[in-house]
Amino acid sequence: MSILIKNVSKSFGNFVALKDVSLEVKSGSLLALLGPSGSGKTTLLRIIAGLEVADQGTILHHEEDITQYSARDRKVGFVFQHYALFRHMTIEENIGYGLRVRGVPKPERHARVHELLKLIRLEGLGPRYPAQLSGGQRQRVALARALAARPSVLLLDEPFGALDAKVRQELRHWLRKLHDEIQVTSVFVTHDQEEAFEVADHVVVMNNGRVEQSGTPAEVFEHPANAFVMDFLGNVNVFHGRVEQGKAVVPGMELAYPDYPHLEGRDADVYVRPHDLEIELHSNGSTGLAARVLHVNPTGSRTKVELQVVDSDVLINAEITAERFAELGLKSGDMVHVSPRRVRVFMPDYSI
Amino acid sequence: MQAEAVPLSQKPPPPVAAAKRRPPQQDPAWVRWTLTGIVLLVVGLLIVVPIVNVFVEALADGIGVYWRNLFGDPDTRQSIVLTLTVVPIALVANVLFGITAAWTISRFQFPGRTLLTALIDLPFSVSPVVAGLMFVLIFGLQGYFGAFLRNDGYAVMPYVISFLGVFCWVIGFFLFRPSNPQARRGFWKNPGLVSIGGGAVLFGLLFFVQKYFGIWPEHKSLKIIFATPGLVLATSFVTFPFVARELIPVMDAIGPEEELAALSLGANGWQMFWHVTVPNVKWGLAYGIILCNARAMGEFGAVYVVSGHIAGQTDTMPLRIEKLFQEYNLPGSFAVASLLTLVAIVTLIVKTRLERKIPSLTIAGESTAAERSNEHPDQKRFQELRQLRSS
Repeated sequence: MSILIKNVSKSFGNFVALKDVSLEVKSGSLLALLGPSGSGKTTLLRIIAGLEVADQGTILHHEEDITQYSARDRKVGFVFQHYALFRHMTIEENIGYGLRVRGVPKPERHARVHELLKLIRLEGLGPRYPAQLSGGQRQRVALARALAARPSVLLLDEPFGALDAKVRQELRHWLRKLHDEIQVTSVFVTHDQEEAFEVADHVVVMNNGRVEQSGTPAEVFEHPANAFVMDFLGNVNVFHGRVEQGKAVVPGMELAYPDYPHLEGRDADVYVRPHDLEIELHSNGSTGLAARVLHVNPTGSRTKVELQVVDSDVLINAEITAERFAELGLKSGDMVHVSPRRVRVFMPDYSI
Repeated sequence: MQAEAVPLSQKPPPPVAAAKRRPPQQDPAWVRWTLTGIVLLVVGLLIVVPIVNVFVEALADGIGVYWRNLFGDPDTRQSIVLTLTVVPIALVANVLFGITAAWTISRFQFPGRTLLTALIDLPFSVSPVVAGLMFVLIFGLQGYFGAFLRNDGYAVMPYVISFLGVFCWVIGFFLFRPSNPQARRGFWKNPGLVSIGGGAVLFGLLFFVQKYFGIWPEHKSLKIIFATPGLVLATSFVTFPFVARELIPVMDAIGPEEELAALSLGANGWQMFWHVTVPNVKWGLAYGIILCNARAMGEFGAVYVVSGHIAGQTDTMPLRIEKLFQEYNLPGSFAVASLLTLVAIVTLIVKTRLERKIPSLTIAGESTAAERSNEHPDQKRFQELRQLRSS
């Protein structure tokens, strides 16, 4: 069951939450809406669920226009960030609620509830109340409750946001496995890029109510469409400079940039990921910057090195492997040569 | 490095001389005892002694006299019956209003919301006597509707009843209409026609039936002031913030998420209300009702103004107490007073019980202490380790 979102806009008073967003969720896929808070991702999810009404635009669900449908007729399962379990009902009653209001007879309901309790590995906890469960268990119950009535779409709003790191990690893997088993079209909202990349088949990066980029995790990570996506998907070093005649020029460095052959120069920012920086003790002719090591932070297999460009206050973060670190024998105060292996150049829009 | 190697099972050293240490903010003993003593003395003199005295005076001539004072006098008996009639009606009205108001205020955003919240509290700040006077000015003989009510007051009733009928019809239509546009066929398809056209037909029909069968007397005066309707109005007005005010914070704290969850699981508005909202607010509601009941039974000022003191007709219990007292019938007066005091004591007990039951107002998702200790078994160990290191 695919979902097609066409030109959806929504504002709350003066605040524009979504600006002309279009999106497709393929049948059976697991899509992540990724973005900082206030980017409109939760609003979009709630509009898909029917918990919020779009000001403009249409939502198609398997080629059926469901824009005017209320939440209960959309056959969606919604998992809330804070679980929203019914606190006065037992776990069994919670899971069976969707079936109860749809008039499913009791024996059938009972069977389905037990099937789901097994699926979420909480057999035997059926007669308990939500307050007696841990956060991770509650979130699994919320998921089972959303799945009980066999929705054609599963929507999850920051499903692991309220959990601590370890439980979050476990639940992520579990969700991925569960999705592979039941293959229900799913959309989940997150602000954690690691989570999005680990769990989803397809990632949609949102910012300021717009879709910035949409693609598979590899596509988005390897080929960020713009500076925002690049910046949002992990640490990055930014050098402000210019592009002209096939070159990108930043203070102290000149890099080839054949994408911009024009004579007339333009302001541009050069983005380099910390792991794309090479550190050498001596300059061997390659383009690069002389820098001083400020701080070394060996964390497991990778070592983080903080550097300062000589004769300026530009700070650089680099990440090298532990072996390379041992080879170089770096310590604070050392003078080194830093060269980028791979850069991305983004030109700010003229409109600004 | 050595400190880290200490096995976790080793217990931290027992706190040294804990008994002698005083929490830094603890006041000296004489201050504590003096303050506690003053409070106890004041509460004893002003509250406990008078309450005990009410019962002592009421039972001074024995239980038989007490009983006769309460139920032997037809006027006293009538005042009890009247109170037991007026109070439940006012309670039902206030519960309906309170739920509606709390829902409106905690679930919707609209201009004037703050003003509405303030207005709900108005009856608390208006003197009950003024409240009573307001009703006299509107419905009394010299009031705006006075002449009309006296001449042919019941003429308004067919309109009121027919309007209520149409109101229920329209609400019912939208409540039971299938929400899925595809499932709406025939009758359900034309909300405008059904509610306006159907409403008009229903109005005419109800109106005709009432006129034809002569349900309401004609050319008779409808008494509101100096009669039971006035008492109900005054009592409801004075007590109407109670339920709403108890419910609004509870509903705010619980938040709309569970209700949205119910909707997304396929519940309709009616099911959502009964399955989710009501169970969540029931203790808050009960609390509001208890307070509202206590206030309604004891209301004096507003009722005093609108009742007109017709013995055996418009005297409620508090008014009866005052009258007996003025007639120097002290045992009778104290006997009725003891009933109201009893209501107060029961209210107090139920109220304390309920306060414990009202959902601990943690916002949904905020983890409780118990949950936290459940969730991170290593957190405890971590703290143990920290203690070991620091000691």
